[in-house]
Amino acid sequence: MSLSYYKQTVIRVQTDDFNLAAEYKKLRDNNPKDGAIVTFVGLVRDFNQSGEVSGLFLEHYPAMTEKSLAEIVDQARSRWSIGRVTVIHRVGQLNVSEQIVFVGVSSQHRQEAFHANEFIMDFLKTQAPFWKKENSKKGDTWVQAKVTDQYKAKNW
Amino acid sequence: MLKILFFGQLKDMLKTSALELDWQQDNQTLDTVSKLRQYLQTKEQGWQEYLQVGKVLVAVNQELVQDEQVISDSDEIAFFPPVTGG
Repeated sequence: MSLSYYKQTVIRVQTDDFNLAAEYKKLRDNNPKDGAIVTFVGLVRDFNQSGEVSGLFLEHYPAMTEKSLAEIVDQARSRWSIGRVTVIHRVGQLNVSEQIVFVGVSSQHRQEAFHANEFIMDFLKTQAPFWKKENSKKGDTWVQAKVTDQYKAKNW
Repeated sequence: MLKILFFGQLKDMLKTSALELDWQQDNQTLDTVSKLRQYLQTKEQGWQEYLQVGKVLVAVNQELVQDEQVISDSDEIAFFPPVTGG
């Protein structure tokens, strides 16, 4: 197996849903060097800044989004020895409980995959060009960025 | 021409998502993000406040940059609110 395949990065920005089992399988198949896989899935909650939320719309900056996610993964690779990385982020209209984001990281031992996965999410939340607009009884409102997310990213 | 893009809530507040602008204006060249920002701030009512430093992020050719970033003709400059993905 070539080194490039072992260290592969997959970035996808899509309106379609994703399948957790299928993504996990891709991180695991033909990957005997890695003893750990950490996966994270972010979901649409029914309660947020505008109160009771019925869904949300995710806008993005198409030319920049994948580039930005790839750079975040590169930064994670420069900090930890990790194997495969998959980042999937959905855009468009999403309902409550739907999947928004997937981050999967494999590594030889668990610590690297845990750290890298959280790092990627923390940087995605403060640097990748996505914006959420929540739908509620009050109408549609743009979600405001949280200072706590900025702190989390700065602490790495 | 400079290609200028706006996203998220900023796009709604400015009531536009894109505009093109001559790099060379009458009395100056818009050769930094800072100069472009100040020029845009005088363009319409309310833009002074909406485009304030610290309120919006700026990307030049799809890379996040600071206000002192140099820009050249035909660059793509995007202004947007702090991001809320994930």
